[in-house]
Amino acid sequence: MAKKNGSVPVTWRKRAALAGYLFILPNVVGFLAFTSLPVLASLLLSFSKWDLLSPPRWVWFKNYIALFHDTDFWRVPNGFFYNTVFMMMAIPVSIMLSLFLAVILNQKLPGMILYRTLFFLPSITAGIGTMILWMWLLNPQFGLINLILSNIYNAFAWLASAVGWHWANWDAIRPLWLSDENWSKPALILMGLWGSMGGMNMILYLAALQGVPQELYEAAKIDGANAWQRFWKITWAMVSPTTFFLFVMGIIGGFQGGFMAAQVMTGGGPNGSTTTISYYIYENAYLWFRMGYASSIAWFLFGVVLILTLFNWKFSQRLVYYG
Amino acid sequence: MDEQDKLVHVRKRIRVSTIVTYLFLSALAVSMVFPFYWMVRTALIDPKDVFISPHRVGYLRWLLPESFPKIDNFTQALKAVPFGRAYINSILISACVTFGQVFTSSLAAFGFARLKFPGRDKIFLAYLATMMIPGAVTMIPVFILTSKLPFWLDDAVSWLTHTRSVIFSSSYYMFHNTYVGRPLGLDSYFTLIVPGMFSAYGTFLLRQFFMSVEKDYEEAARIDGAGTWAVYWKIMLPLSRPAIATLAIFTFMGSWRAYMWPLIVTFREDLMTVPILVRFFQSKYSTDWTLLMAASIMQIIPVLIAFIIGQKYFIRGVRIGGIKG
Repeated sequence: MAKKNGSVPVTWRKRAALAGYLFILPNVVGFLAFTSLPVLASLLLSFSKWDLLSPPRWVWFKNYIALFHDTDFWRVPNGFFYNTVFMMMAIPVSIMLSLFLAVILNQKLPGMILYRTLFFLPSITAGIGTMILWMWLLNPQFGLINLILSNIYNAFAWLASAVGWHWANWDAIRPLWLSDENWSKPALILMGLWGSMGGMNMILYLAALQGVPQELYEAAKIDGANAWQRFWKITWAMVSPTTFFLFVMGIIGGFQGGFMAAQVMTGGGPNGSTTTISYYIYENAYLWFRMGYASSIAWFLFGVVLILTLFNWKFSQRLVYYG
Repeated sequence: MDEQDKLVHVRKRIRVSTIVTYLFLSALAVSMVFPFYWMVRTALIDPKDVFISPHRVGYLRWLLPESFPKIDNFTQALKAVPFGRAYINSILISACVTFGQVFTSSLAAFGFARLKFPGRDKIFLAYLATMMIPGAVTMIPVFILTSKLPFWLDDAVSWLTHTRSVIFSSSYYMFHNTYVGRPLGLDSYFTLIVPGMFSAYGTFLLRQFFMSVEKDYEEAARIDGAGTWAVYWKIMLPLSRPAIATLAIFTFMGSWRAYMWPLIVTFREDLMTVPILVRFFQSKYSTDWTLLMAASIMQIIPVLIAFIIGQKYFIRGVRIGGIKG
């Protein structure tokens, strides 16, 4: 006799539920141990003071108040919040470059896959190896980048001297990159752009571009739209969900970024100019053993990311075209 | 103007723009690839040739110095720190993390996608909610937990047996003359592997994929008397091979290049993964560019090989999941 859905025997349903719990059990155990309970523990830690040696002390909001008054964190050039936000300015630039490259590579020409692979190379090898490579490239005296810049500069200086205008010697004005607090952030941004513009973002844009119907372009051409109008009204509009996604992910990642470059390349210096929020958390927690203070900074970071995400969700409907 | 002329005209116009495109792309490709050439060149020359300038020796000698190629830097780097051990560590850790994540994620994803039990959607929502929590938040308590765990366990054993126990916190564990780290805590494979074996993201990714798998196969198998495990093992996993391969390759590469966690939990050279050992090497030879480039190349090569092997899945993974490496 066929049973209706609602009258499945209780024992059978119980067995199915048991199977369900057993299937998620291993993951839930790990999730509890390494995600959800640590989140709670970290919240509690952020209200206490603990160096891991003496017993922890409950200090209420003292960590947050200290963070609020932390001049290293908030000072305007080269404060750690400023550094983080400054380096995030590269995110829209990187996304636009990725779109630009994707539009070019999306043409039906031979060899595009080879170019795509070559552009993808820096993002695949990203890590300590390429960071050390960039320290070498950015070496003020013998690095490749300053060598190229010096050649360009000297050529212009020569031209200028021909009309009687004497420029300073290159050695006197060359950027010291990672050893100069004004050049260190641009140096890291340059490295970031090199590593990211042909990476994941470009691949995602290529996928998005392949989803744009060709008829739209043909129709626009018939209506007399020029190349710029076709890009702006069709391509840009059709890939706007991807742009939005990349932008949101970029901002969320950007606030948490900069740790590895600071740890490997600069030690957060010179003069704190490359210490980002995440590197400051690392210093506090694992170098100075201020677990409570580090947790409060981590929660501050979480708050910023949360607010930005909610803000983005709220405004996405207005700006993005979902086909 | 007849048709033939028109065609020629169009073809010519295309060619100019195509040439500009190729020139631009090639210039960009050079700027992407030349640093890698520079790396290889620096790693393969004598240290005395590092600081030569093209104005003095000419561009050809600058690109390919007299001592090029010379593999001494690699042998010296290999002698200075235990690279072989670091590769074994990295492979072991990445393999275990990948296997663990694929296994636990696919089990849970199957549960969330196909089985019915009370509270299922609430638990899944909790998973989703935690995905936006910065890693820095959870890393501090996990660090404290894993570093204190061996001492807590030893205290418990001491209390139970009324003797002083150092089973878990002892740092001298050898296996056939090989130092294998502590069983738990800092400098242990446990700490390097286990916290990485669970992923809310992997669960989410596989659940989305499992939801899209046709239910017909599953129902047919059920009618033939297959149990839940058989449905998972013999139907769901084989049908989801692309998604699982994608998750596996991303997890493997993510684990291979993991930096912060291995950095804070390893102190002994024997337990270091490749990136951490390269960092250690860098702090020892901070201005020896030939050696540093040799060490950096040794970090990059396995990543390149993995990418070449798994490129297809990698690119597809980026597309379906929008995963950021």
